[in-house]
Amino acid sequence: MNVLELTLLLAIMAFAAGFLGSLTGMGGGIVIVPGLTLLFGVEIRYAIGAALISVIATSSGAAAAYVKEGFANIRLGLFLEIATTIGAVVGAFLATKISGNSIAVIFGGILLYSAYAMMRNTQSPHKTNAADALAVRLRLDGTYPLKNNLVAYHVRHVPLGFALMLAAGILSGLLGIGSGALKVLAMDRAMQIPFKVSTTTSNFMIGVTAAASAGIYLNRGYIDPGLAMPVMLGVLAGSMLGARVLAQANVRILKIVFSVVVTALAAQMIINGILGKI
Amino acid sequence: MSKPESPDPEYQSGTPHLWTDLEVETKVGNLLRAGVLTSAVLVGIGAVGYLVQHGSEQPHYGKFNGEPGELRHAALILQDAFTGHSEGIIQFGLLVLIATPVARVMLAAFAFLKQGDRFYLGVSLVVLAILTASLLGLSP
Repeated sequence: MNVLELTLLLAIMAFAAGFLGSLTGMGGGIVIVPGLTLLFGVEIRYAIGAALISVIATSSGAAAAYVKEGFANIRLGLFLEIATTIGAVVGAFLATKISGNSIAVIFGGILLYSAYAMMRNTQSPHKTNAADALAVRLRLDGTYPLKNNLVAYHVRHVPLGFALMLAAGILSGLLGIGSGALKVLAMDRAMQIPFKVSTTTSNFMIGVTAAASAGIYLNRGYIDPGLAMPVMLGVLAGSMLGARVLAQANVRILKIVFSVVVTALAAQMIINGILGKI
Repeated sequence: MSKPESPDPEYQSGTPHLWTDLEVETKVGNLLRAGVLTSAVLVGIGAVGYLVQHGSEQPHYGKFNGEPGELRHAALILQDAFTGHSEGIIQFGLLVLIATPVARVMLAAFAFLKQGDRFYLGVSLVVLAILTASLLGLSP
């Protein structure tokens, strides 16, 4: 297989990943690393570098599309980005200290959790309406549009949310993923923020988080232009198409298909990692 | 339009004026779209040259070698791109993509400055400092 053939195959895989990732809400980045390492035999650090690039592309593209809807809480996002960017720098640092095989096993675990989170996808049942002193002092409370009104909500458990965001950042920098599932968990469950606000704010933060670790990967020489090029263009095109057909798609079946694919990739990553084949 | 700028969280629901959260969000949306588009065009241009020059070679991704210096550091990538080196152009496109969220934080910092919101100006500057350090290779 020469470079041209590989580039075309990578672009097709990335397109499919972006398309499915966008339809299922899971993001395309998470299947890029297993796809590159398991299917194409790419060294895991090159794979993570390319995946980080694709994560920034989809996050920025999607955020541009729905930032005007008024759901994203910019103050909250920026405040929590202190945690995710510090985490991302730490994660990118850890990536140089941990073996590729260990990274593969951790990656497999995160894939399994993400598949589970996607299938469950139910929002936290009851949100309290009580104000939290710290959140009020930080002015994190916000409003979101509902029909023609603005609904006010309170943000709770700021320290717990901040700690979870630190973890999300570390995983993002270590594995080259957006950590969207963990970010939504932190906001929806821990901080008791309305689901739609959590998902849009999370997506908003993903690009900044990934940029923090991508800078380090670039400086370390882990981002290869020949590899990142088809992955970035493919994922971007796939996720844009996915966002367009989202309204008509039967997402339920797609989610089942995608979670089976992700679970299989997870098992393969863990097995290969343990056998030292990554 | 003449409503005074204030850091009061309630102003979100007030009448629109310059640098309200809503206006900032519109600007941010445009900025992100422009950044992603510019990046995709640059990467696409570089891709054509890259595939013409290297399309028939054997890929080398199975083993980690690391990229050469001119494809690692912002200043050198710019230099390489302007000499017309196709890999340099792709890398420049990727650099634009990485810089897009950074520009978004800068825009937020500027908006908080305009709103007189010193706390969130500080928050934005902390995030910006971390991002800049990472891009300049000042990591641990």
